[in-house]
Amino acid sequence: MTLTTILLQQLVNGLVLGSFYALVALGYTMVFGVVKLLNFAHGDLYMVGAFIGLLALSLVAGAVGTSWVGVGLAILLSMLAVGFFGVFIERIAYAPMLKAPRLSILITALAVSLVLQNGVLSLTGGQVMPFSPKLGFAGINLGDIFINYKQIALAGAAAVLMLALELFVSRTQYGRAMRAVSVDKDMSELMGIDVNRIIAVTFFVGTALAAAAGTMAGAYYGSIWYFMGFLIGLKAFTAAVIGGIGSIPGAMLGGLVLGLLESFGTQIPGIGSAWKDVFSFSVLILVLVFKPTGLLGKSEQERM
Amino acid sequence: MRSEAPVVLSLKGVEAGYGRIRALHGIDLEVRAGEIVTLLGANGAGKTTTLKTISGLVRATAGSVTFEGQELVGRKASDIARLGVVHVPEGRHVLRGLSVRENLELGGFTVADPKLRRERLEHAFSLFPILRERQHQDGSLLSGGEQQMLAIGRALMHGPKVLLLDEPSMGLAPKLVLETFRIIRDLNQTGVTILLVEQNARLALKLADYGYVLETGAVRMAGDAETLGASTSIVEAYLGA
Repeated sequence: MTLTTILLQQLVNGLVLGSFYALVALGYTMVFGVVKLLNFAHGDLYMVGAFIGLLALSLVAGAVGTSWVGVGLAILLSMLAVGFFGVFIERIAYAPMLKAPRLSILITALAVSLVLQNGVLSLTGGQVMPFSPKLGFAGINLGDIFINYKQIALAGAAAVLMLALELFVSRTQYGRAMRAVSVDKDMSELMGIDVNRIIAVTFFVGTALAAAAGTMAGAYYGSIWYFMGFLIGLKAFTAAVIGGIGSIPGAMLGGLVLGLLESFGTQIPGIGSAWKDVFSFSVLILVLVFKPTGLLGKSEQERM
Repeated sequence: MRSEAPVVLSLKGVEAGYGRIRALHGIDLEVRAGEIVTLLGANGAGKTTTLKTISGLVRATAGSVTFEGQELVGRKASDIARLGVVHVPEGRHVLRGLSVRENLELGGFTVADPKLRRERLEHAFSLFPILRERQHQDGSLLSGGEQQMLAIGRALMHGPKVLLLDEPSMGLAPKLVLETFRIIRDLNQTGVTILLVEQNARLALKLADYGYVLETGAVRMAGDAETLGASTSIVEAYLGA
């Protein structure tokens, strides 16, 4: 393989990985926007999404099989179920803590993360479970690079979800209300916006995106387990910070940038794939030091 | 003489505060349909807190606030806004990151009918042509005067019955202050009842029908705007000349 081929192949891999990161980072950043909470349980909701996706796939398998249609349905069902689950968690765990000091709600998020991980651990016995849809290994050759149909479909689905989110946030009254709540809660209330309802909608949408990513990751990598959300939670946080936490386009961009950095990073001589995570988190530290507002984040200054 | 119109907004013995600090010690006041009523007083007299208590941002700890006969104390601010009591807070609070048009459209959040929302948007643009020109700009990048127009236009998107205006002239150039007051009068003439908090007491009394003077969280004096304005002792003692 020539260097160009390797780089192009890594570009494809990086975009697929990046679109998973972006989907998870979006929920992180949206929740941070409306309640200023770093939801450390977000990665675990991705994990729960993968398991619910597998459950949904087995339920629909009889009717539509476990190929493209089945996986598509499993993604949608998982988004719906886990979306409501995210709202439920917000109501019982976070809502009572919103007026408490910031540290309390952060610790609550860590607790929720542990509850979800250990809950799934005890339900599954900690086993790695096969997630084996019949998506096959077919693909297309573009010159020297090979693109799997799975990669095209999953990156495409991620792109569609992000486009839908962008339209929701910019074109609908609820989406605008979400942005209003993230900049000024009191003013939002004065405009007749029920802030608690918008927070619930935000958790629904953010969690549903994580569930979509979890199910897609299951279908892509072929296996899932209770600890799969931990690292991607941290990666999504990194992606959100790179893009500028609180910024929705920032999370999309940050996810793609991180995915590309990782897949190209492993090609640098001396940095093998074993160093992938070190590479990502070094980038996080560099961003925090040199551009804490991220690529698209805005400083908090307000004009009088 | 005060108008004989029915009372739309009434406060009786309202107490409120922030944490342990009590800012209002039993406020009584009335606003009648179609009036412009002004709240005057020095900084810290409780004017802003009174408006916040009416709109539900601050919870009254005692007393009652009624609007068209319905108790407002205990309701969420968003519900009070839905009833038609619309608060334009001090500092205007134009939403950063949302365009001028989006700010306006969100003002109509409680308006379910998209046709009515479009009509009101058109109306706001015709009142403030500069907002139409700048509709795609970030609202927070407007000048102070334009932001004030946006804040008022946004409040009109609700179709308010009572408008609570807090310091609409703050930080504006003198010419714009007069312009803002002219707009308030025009709005009033279209039937919107107005409760106005204002530092510029002389100007406020010229515009208003009735006035209340607050001091340390209580009503110290009330009367026709004309009478209050004519009394030099009042002007000197409470209105800071």
